[in-house]
Amino acid sequence: MEMEKICVQDFSLSIGKQNILKNINVEIPERKITVILGPSGCGKTTLLKCFNRLIDLVPDVKMKGNIYLNGRNIFDRTWELTELRKNMGLLAQRPYPLPMSIYGNIAFGLKINGRGNRKILSQRVRHYLEQASLWEEVKDRLYEPASRLSIGQQQRLCLARGLAVDPEIILADEPTSALDPISSQAIEEKFVELKDRYTVVIVTHILRQAKRIADHVVFMYMGEVIEQGNTDDFFNRPKNDITRSYLKGAFN
Amino acid sequence: MKKHKLEEWIFRLIMFFSTVLIVAALLLILVSITMKAWPALSWEMISQVPHGGYYFGKEGGILNAIVGSLILAFSSTFLALLTGLPVALVLNTSLIKRKRWVYFIRYILDLLWGVPSIVYGALGFSIMIYFGLKTSLLAGIITVSIFILPIMIRAMDEVIKEVPLSLHEASYSLGATTGETAFLVIIRQCFPGIATAVLLSFGRAIGDAASVLFTCGFTDFIPDSLNEPAATLPLAIFFQLGSPLPEVQARAYASAFILTIIVLVISILSRIISGKLNKNKINF
Repeated sequence: MEMEKICVQDFSLSIGKQNILKNINVEIPERKITVILGPSGCGKTTLLKCFNRLIDLVPDVKMKGNIYLNGRNIFDRTWELTELRKNMGLLAQRPYPLPMSIYGNIAFGLKINGRGNRKILSQRVRHYLEQASLWEEVKDRLYEPASRLSIGQQQRLCLARGLAVDPEIILADEPTSALDPISSQAIEEKFVELKDRYTVVIVTHILRQAKRIADHVVFMYMGEVIEQGNTDDFFNRPKNDITRSYLKGAFN
Repeated sequence: MKKHKLEEWIFRLIMFFSTVLIVAALLLILVSITMKAWPALSWEMISQVPHGGYYFGKEGGILNAIVGSLILAFSSTFLALLTGLPVALVLNTSLIKRKRWVYFIRYILDLLWGVPSIVYGALGFSIMIYFGLKTSLLAGIITVSIFILPIMIRAMDEVIKEVPLSLHEASYSLGATTGETAFLVIIRQCFPGIATAVLLSFGRAIGDAASVLFTCGFTDFIPDSLNEPAATLPLAIFFQLGSPLPEVQARAYASAFILTIIVLVISILSRIISGKLNKNKINF
């Protein structure tokens, strides 16, 4: 059987005595946008953090089940954690630029992975800033602190920084929740553009956003996956009652 | 409505008076030191070592103590920074999941912070005796750095603790190791706070008398090597203040004045430096 890019099998997770994720089974197709949809506190973000094992930073976590990336279990002891994480660019709820210059933010990932001399480095930095459509705005102030950028620009900088370490997957955790409508749109358009080359996973609670950009939808509620399928089926022919009432806006 | 206004007014009054009280007390200390120091202040005071009979009011200065204190404070602060910074970083990165451990270590450090400096002096002294060392600058530096270490670590720890987890995550998600995250990312975010911690420790190091009393000793000469004893300003103040002669007592105040000025200059310098380092900090 051909496995999808990311495949979650019978996965449960608890923090302390709280069960956050209950027996999750999810498949994330390659080079498509998968949106994990659900009301606040349903465990979407926790699931996302399991993919690149940032969940390892949280105390008192117990996990059961498996998550496969390209058919290889991410909890396998032979994984070099840095390799796994590098494979997935991360966009957080609000941008967290590194406390460095704009140039430094992009170069950081390249430097720690030991890539190239100064000339190659600046070429790469330019390339990835262009990828995130940020180059034109920042080309004259590359050495200014990243904190001086607007929040929308910062989010694109974080995207460029993530792309710079050459991942296969982009994970985004409500990437537009802190942004104004125009910046949000820029980010959304970027995702659509990027799906030709990357597998994109977006966590969101905004229905319309999911409708606009998703190819594949995973709907979660109270730590469980209620329904998953392609966007058309999900929005027009939902199978589950909870999905139907969520789509009607019964709860948020 | 009227009651609220009255309440507001009363509390403002209380706050105003407590502020005035504290500022006035601090000013009083500074003014009284300056007033009493004024007659004894001279170029000679800071440019010469004590000559014979200095402690009976004859000529000389306290250059020995100024140099000794500066060497002692800078070296021990440096030593404590070198050993303390990794500890503060480890507490907030590698041990991030070990809540109990971290709690325990912080508790111990807080306890050590509260231990009087004379105890560190006694500890340093007993170690010196064990190894057969004399009172020396080196022994003083080591003792003082142990004494300021808990202060340094906890002050830095409090700042590093405030770095949001998301910044750690951002670094890790780029494939950084724990070490790279700590030393290349977290440190940068905390530069101003680390500078403050260093300054705080420096102030304690240069101002403490009890920890150097047995370990560093006292001498009228500027030390040539780490194996020689060295004079320090707090002890110079202590010895001169014990004199019955008013002119020697005035010199004690002059020494205190010089110590205050040194701390003030270092403090201003560190503010300027940390302001420069501040520019890349992300405000969350």
